[in-house]
Amino acid sequence: MVDPWTIFWVVTTFGLYIFIAIRARAGSTEDFYVAGHDVHPVINGMATGADWMSAASFLSMAGLIAFLGYGGSVYLMGWTGGYVLLALLLAPYLREFGKFTVPDFVGDRYYSKLARVIAVVCALFVSFTYIAGQMKGVGVAFSGFLGVSFNTGILIGMAIVFFYAVLGGMKGITYTQVAQYVVLIFAYTVPAIFISLTITGNPIPQLGFIGNAAGTDVGMLEKLNKVVTDLGFLEYTSTDKSKLDVLCITAALMFGTAGLPHVIIRFFTVGSARAARKSAGWALLFIALLYTVAPAVGAFARMNFVDTVNEATYIADAENYEERAAEILLDGGKPVPEWYKSWEKTGLLAYEDLNGDGIMQYRGPNAPDGLANEVTPSRDIFVLANPQIANLPNWVIGLVVAGGLAAALSTAAGLLMVISSAVSHDLLKRTFRPDMSEKSEMLAARIAAAFAVFLAGLLGIFATQLPFVAQVVAFAFGLAAASLFPIIFLGIFWKRMNKEGAIAAMLTGLITTFSYIYYFKFGGGAADSWLFGVSPEGIGFVFMWLAIGVGIAVSLVTPPPPKAIQDLVQDIRIPGNRGAL
Amino acid sequence: MPDKNETGPSVANQAAYWKSTLRLTLGLLSIWFLASFGAGILFREALDNFSIGGAPLGFWMAQNGAIYIFLILIVIYCIRMTQLEKKYGIKG
Repeated sequence: MVDPWTIFWVVTTFGLYIFIAIRARAGSTEDFYVAGHDVHPVINGMATGADWMSAASFLSMAGLIAFLGYGGSVYLMGWTGGYVLLALLLAPYLREFGKFTVPDFVGDRYYSKLARVIAVVCALFVSFTYIAGQMKGVGVAFSGFLGVSFNTGILIGMAIVFFYAVLGGMKGITYTQVAQYVVLIFAYTVPAIFISLTITGNPIPQLGFIGNAAGTDVGMLEKLNKVVTDLGFLEYTSTDKSKLDVLCITAALMFGTAGLPHVIIRFFTVGSARAARKSAGWALLFIALLYTVAPAVGAFARMNFVDTVNEATYIADAENYEERAAEILLDGGKPVPEWYKSWEKTGLLAYEDLNGDGIMQYRGPNAPDGLANEVTPSRDIFVLANPQIANLPNWVIGLVVAGGLAAALSTAAGLLMVISSAVSHDLLKRTFRPDMSEKSEMLAARIAAAFAVFLAGLLGIFATQLPFVAQVVAFAFGLAAASLFPIIFLGIFWKRMNKEGAIAAMLTGLITTFSYIYYFKFGGGAADSWLFGVSPEGIGFVFMWLAIGVGIAVSLVTPPPPKAIQDLVQDIRIPGNRGAL
Repeated sequence: MPDKNETGPSVANQAAYWKSTLRLTLGLLSIWFLASFGAGILFREALDNFSIGGAPLGFWMAQNGAIYIFLILIVIYCIRMTQLEKKYGIKG
């Protein structure tokens, strides 16, 4: 049965996005690629927040942290720390450079069409892997909540994104992303506040996180540590991963964040280098509103899951749930919670009665009582089920679905922009068809965007059959960190960096990182032969240094860049030197 | 373009501005490193002997504290850069 509130929220928010798209049509290539270069820093910060926070941030991250405990910190630090690198090392300088795309900078700074084309390949690869995951998220949300098939869900999502991305380009995307940010942050925090009240008695999740468990004088985390270790899990605030691996994964996510083209291009839309710096600060503030709540939600969800599900008496028959639950309570037992029953059919929760006692044992690998684990929750369940766990009204549940869709669609739109501008601007206008008029470039951009929407939808539909989609994190961030970050960074901070060095660095980062991830994820490589014990998720950080080393070495043995290029680097370091571009 | 510096900042000012920018960037990135990789990963166990509210300090730094510090770092950067631009006559 489809909840009318869910339909209400989804239809209302989608209508809003379409309304904004019609109001914010692009009139020129400048509008289409960079929203006219005049977006306010706060507005851009908000748009960046939505652009950045994907279906994974919204739906999966809190659940991942709930299972990993301290181990989940890599995502929290990695996906926020990258903004410090962006603000201090890249965004203001790239804005001062003042063009349209990341390959634009690479092509101009390294005076080379080949460098530009390699950068296009990196940007396209990163963006397509990333977008497939978003479309899949849209399909899941629709099929799970709106009673349509997975593929129809993706088609609806494609139609919406097509509408505002193709029509409005970056201008349309910017203002829809602002609306999507508001929807997603509201949908995330409202249930979080109530679940914090339930578990800790404090309405502010960040304070509940460091506070006491409700009605006791024991710290919430201290209690959680005891609860999970008693069941044979690792202590919540610890990890069994090596320090080096945790460090490398965190760093790969940070440098990858800073090198992701769809994040960087958002900073081309503001008016100046100074505005770009400010905007990065606003972006991190808007992101932090979700990212500081997520670990609290993770811990609360884990605690609540153990409290309500472990040792509960299972009720197989959903029809007579209330009757059976009352009987169990009367016998002094604990019935399986109602939210569990209503989510069970989605396949996000699984119970297998291994010892045949009808009681649900939730156990870790080292359970002191030697019992086997019988309950397997998926990581996406916690954010989705939070409103029901906290006994919130139905309208909140519908809101969470709309929030998840907002997160997925806004990220997908930002990625589409990277794909369309890489094709129409970098491949056509700047490389193969330089005599193209602005009007035909705009048409090419729209056709490329339309084609990219279509391809993204196909990727989403076949996502379950394509193994790399699930590994998107390792690929997208590793490649962005090892291939794009080094040459952008060196291009700004080292005048001597030349064309040969840049091409060598990009190829080194791309090939080594791709091969390593491919070998250990799909090629049958075993974990004990990891280089320095670094997992594929963290290897981008190691090969980033290799790429930087190769880039510097090759530059030093080849001729320095022309005087005009060294002047260009000087000018992007000093705000205002390049005039109002 | 030799005439550019007649209206814009002088060559000496540009050089001094860039030097100060690099020093500021390096300083803030050291704190960035210490707050995340230092407090949240390398010295986590040692910091876990202390606590903030009911949370072990190292764990809290990794899950919440580092994010607040990142935010403060960008705010300081924006303020200091604007001051540097005023000082050296950079348009900004």
